[in-house]
Parts: sequence; C-alpha cells; structure tokens
Amino acid sequence: MLSIKNLEAKVEDKIILKGLNLEVNAGEVHAIMGPNGSGKSTLANVLAGNKGYDVIGGEVLFNGKELLEMAPEDRAREGLFLAFQYPIEINGISNSTFLKTAINEIRKYRGEEEITPKEFLELMREKSKILGMDDSLISRSVNSGFSGGEKKRNEILQLLMLNPKLAILDETDSGLDIDALKIVSQGVNVFKSNENAVVLVTHYQRLLNYIVPDFVHVLYKGKIIKSGTKELAQELEERGYDWLIKEEAESVN
Amino acid sequence: MENNFDVKNWYKEKFKELENKTTVDSKTYLHDFRKSALDNLLIADFPTQKNEEWKYTNISKIIKEKFIPAPLVDLPKLSIDTLGSRMFDIAESNLVVFYNGKYNKELSTAFEDKKYYCGSLNQIGSNNENEIKNIIYQKNKNVTAFDYLSDGFASDGFVLLLPDNVQLEKPIQVLFINGLDSEKIYSSPKIFIKQGKSSQAEIILNFIGNAREEYFININTKIILSENSTLNLYKIQDEAEQAFHIDKTQIIQQANSTVNHYNLSFGSKIYRMDLNAELTGENSECNYNGLYLGNENQLIDNHTFVNHAVANCRSNEIYKGILDDKSRGVFNGKILVERDAQKTNAYQSNKTILLSDKARIDTKPQLEIFADDVKCSHGATVGRLDENALFYIISRGIPSDIAKSMLIRAFANDVIEKINLNELREQLNHKIFQHLHRIEI
Repeated sequence: MLSIKNLEAKVEDKIILKGLNLEVNAGEVHAIMGPNGSGKSTLANVLAGNKGYDVIGGEVLFNGKELLEMAPEDRAREGLFLAFQYPIEINGISNSTFLKTAINEIRKYRGEEEITPKEFLELMREKSKILGMDDSLISRSVNSGFSGGEKKRNEILQLLMLNPKLAILDETDSGLDIDALKIVSQGVNVFKSNENAVVLVTHYQRLLNYIVPDFVHVLYKGKIIKSGTKELAQELEERGYDWLIKEEAESVN
Repeated sequence: MENNFDVKNWYKEKFKELENKTTVDSKTYLHDFRKSALDNLLIADFPTQKNEEWKYTNISKIIKEKFIPAPLVDLPKLSIDTLGSRMFDIAESNLVVFYNGKYNKELSTAFEDKKYYCGSLNQIGSNNENEIKNIIYQKNKNVTAFDYLSDGFASDGFVLLLPDNVQLEKPIQVLFINGLDSEKIYSSPKIFIKQGKSSQAEIILNFIGNAREEYFININTKIILSENSTLNLYKIQDEAEQAFHIDKTQIIQQANSTVNHYNLSFGSKIYRMDLNAELTGENSECNYNGLYLGNENQLIDNHTFVNHAVANCRSNEIYKGILDDKSRGVFNGKILVERDAQKTNAYQSNKTILLSDKARIDTKPQLEIFADDVKCSHGATVGRLDENALFYIISRGIPSDIAKSMLIRAFANDVIEKINLNELREQLNHKIFQHLHRIEI
C-alpha cells in the first residue's frame, strides 16, 4: 500500500530525513518510535503534503501512485489520513459542515454520489458513539474550546468518518490520560481492517499496549535503524534508546 | 473638474438655491440650525492628511467633486422592487425608508404608536420640538468642515424618541437608499435616537447604494441613552463602490445603560466612521463590534473613542478586518479613562487579515488612563490566513478555496456570533463571501 524509498526531506535548511525506507501493506499496523528530533513528525507531515517540509530525494508510492506528486487534498481523496499532533481550532465552522464538506469532496473525486443529510447524521451518531462523544458535538465548532484530549478524540472521529485506506497517527497519545488513551485506541481498533493500514508515530510504548503493532521501527537521525515486532517496543521501554544508538554507531564504524 | 474649484463656495451657492425653495424646511428651528451651520462651514477647514486624525485618509476626491445636495434634486419614484433582495429579510420588524436622505412614507411600514415617535425628522410634531432642539445642538467631537456641511444640509433624517419604560418588541430596519443614475448627489441625513429610562430598542441602519453615478453621504448620528436603557444598533454599510460615506456618531450614556454597537462595512470607495461614546453615568456598558471588508481600491477608516468619565463602567471593543486586493484599512481606537473613573473595565482589540500582498492596514490602539484602579487592555494584530490551519483543512480532502473560506468565516465569527438576530446573522455571513468574491460557507 505504502512504499517509501530513500526518502530525504528538510525543514528550512535542516535536513531531517536522510534516506528513509518503509513498506506498509494492507492489514498491517506499524509503529514508528524514536527519540525527540529523530524525524517522526517530519515523516508524517511529508506524507500528508505539508508545504513547510521540502522533499529533496526519494520516492513514495501510495497504492501504486506517486504520492509526492499529489496535492495534499488529493492525497486525502486517494485515502491518506493524518491525525494531527496539534489539531487546529476552527471557530464558527461546525463539525458537521466540516466533515460533510470533506466527505463530499472525497466522494466527488471518486465519482460517487454526495452523502445525504440522513446518511451523514446516522454515520456521525454511530461513530461518535464509539468514542463516547456527545451528540451535541455535531453542531459544535471544530475543536473550538476543546481540551487537548477532546481534540485528539475528535481526530479519531474524523478518521472513522472519512474511513481512509492509510491512517497516520502523529503522537495521538501525547497528552492523553489513561481513560482517553483507551477510548482513542478503541476507535483505532474499530477502524483497523484487512483492507487498510495504520502507521502510529509515537514516543511511548504505552499506546502499543492498546493498539498492538505488527511491526515496530526505530527512527534515529532521519533513518530507520532497527525494525522488529511488538517485542522491540517492550525492549525499548525497558532499556531506552541508548543501546540501539550505540549499536548503530558501532555497525557504522 | 477645474483646478480652482472652491468647494465651500459651491455649497454656499447651493444653500442659496435651497433658500429659494420654500418647501424644504417645514420647521423654523431646523432652518435656523442649518443656516448657522453654513456660516460655520465657511470659516472651517476640510481635514488634510496633516491632521493626525486624518493621516491615512485622503478626502480630496470628495471635495473636488460638484455634488448636488439632494433637496435640490427631484428624485425619481422609488419602488419596493428597486430594493430587491438588498434589504434584510427580517420577519418581525418595522421598516423606515429614506431615499437620498429624504423620508419615503409610501415604502415605510406605517406604524404609529402614541407612546413614542419613530420616523422622519421633518415630520415631527411640535410636541417633540424641544427634545429635538436639545439633541441637534449637542456638540460633536473633533469637528471639521464635514460636520458643518452635514448640519448645513440636514433637512431630514431618522428619529426615534422612546419615553421611559417603553421596550420595543420588534426591531426597526431603517433603510437608506443612496445615489442616482443621472446625477452626482450629496445627502446628509440626521439620525437621532433618544431613549428614556428603562427603555429598549433594536435598530438596523442599512445603507445601500443604488446608483451609477458617484455620490456622497455625510451622516450625523446622535444617541442619548437614559438610565437603565438598552440599545442594540447594527450599522451595515453596503454603499455602491463609487460612493463616499462619512459618519460621525456621538453616544451619551447615563447610569446603567448599555449600548451594543455593530459597525459592519462592505461597500463605498471611502468609508470614514467616527464613533464616540461618553460614559457619563456609573455602571454603564459600551460594546463596539466592528467588521470591515475591503476589496479593489476601497479605503475603510474607523476611528473609535470611548470616554470613561465616571467609575464602574465597562467597555469592550472588537474590530476585525479582512482586506483583499489593494484595499486599505485604518483603525484608530482610543480609550480614555478619566481621573474619577475608578474600577473601569476596558478592553479593546483590533485584528486584521490581509488576503493580498497589496492590501494594507494602519492600526493605532490608544489607551489614556488617569485613574489608578482600573483593568484595561488592548492589542492589535495583522496577519495572513494561517498556513497550519489551511493545511489542516486541506489535509481532509477539502480544496484550498473552500479551506480559505472556512478560515475567513472563523475569523469573522467573533463579531458575527454576537449578533442576536438570527436572520441578520445568516444574511450578513452571505454578504461577507459575496463581497470577497469567495465560495460561501
């Protein structure tokens, strides 16, 4: 589904990603971990098409198409979704207007019929129920006055509503208490299927207790220095990143 | 347009022509008032950019043009169809119509109530004359030749006189239809609102242009709010694009009174609003809400002033602007807290978004505080649509033009959401996108 080859990217004049490779297939959950500044959020933003990041090398195929050639709105319409680390407040635009617009733009791109108001309301009720969100949320402004946890939960609601092929979650677990973490994880688990894939960008192993990854990758200085299964995350939790970094330095020498 | 055009002499001659038209003033006191204003005009100056209060606003176009004062013009008949969809559709409301400053009885909803007066300045009964005399001579702040020019040709206008304890149930829409296809016209309507104790009113002042020619409207508004009274006033300026619109509004507030003033401007080539409130009674509250939208070569200049003269009053001001193309905005907001005005609570904010590289805003928030126990703050920001916010919306599959409209709506919402009249709120939202030529959200 997603094939990243030798991806290099910079922010302003600083090169952050230095030849990153990653293969994600349908039905898989990948966790990308790593210390601060290793390039985790850069990867998420580059894939979603944030103009603040410049790609300077490499190739990304998304379902066989050149992802990096596409405008950000087209990436979404092709089925890519980024749950933001810092969701934006849009005062005066209701959640329903926002999501209905997004759903219909995606449908239009795919040559499908617009969603009817009835279908939309039913979908919204069904999905917000999974996340324990109140019905009144439908008419509330997007993220406006939401707490950090509510914003993250709203990102997952958008994920469920838009039902993409690939979900990239950028530190969705940061700033969540244990109850909120459980609800958010449950939302992602409901989303997960054999048809789609999830990439979790996270700092902590904690999230992986609730969303179990098939693969765990360690990103360090813009490259994946180690890949493994969920046990790798456990090991990182116990031993930190230092031993890996040391191992990496030795192998280079 | 000749080089040596003497604008003051032009209006002096026009005034003389008017003197020969006996039908203009039905009241001698109004005539006396206009005459003395004209004498003052001849010795006053039109502001230049050397005047600090007019630094960014060049009015030379207005005083180089030979505008004909409206009372000298035979106005064509106005039909309700002309207004079309331009007036606000508010189901439960009364309508008062002025055409180039002149009251139009046929199109106004007939509502006569013995308890209060609402209608034309020119048709006011002798029982209310003293009241009008008191209001009309009340001094304006920062007087220039424009004030005298306004007074000199002020033969009509809108008047609301509410006695004590009268609370209007329905809003009043006052429609000013301005300009002509055939002539460059000048009008200077008066707007007088005086509310007695514990009275309440909600008024929409709706200025719309209906003209192919340039025109000039020069308004003087005076508002007096007695103890415990409340006024919601929505001024919506949607003049034609070749219009010049100047308004000086003076508000005097007595104890426990509240004014919620909305100033939303869309149209006109040059718009200059001077909005002054004097809080003269304790526990009064003054809320200014402004939204200005500019496109093409428009100039929008808002000068606001709140004088906290006594203790325990509140003022809250939010002015927001969206400027596109080569449009220019000016915001000058001053809060004065006098020595005795302890426990004052005053807040002011001005925020502008520039949608193009050539748009520009000059903003100057000012606080002058002479009391020591007050809570005051002010701030101004200028920016563009936030790139991170745009990316967030676009990343959901929404195209960038709709994403921008969403952020425009979000920006204007701080002002729009304060409007209590639901119907007005929706129609104003429509106007915002229409004026900015953007997809409506």
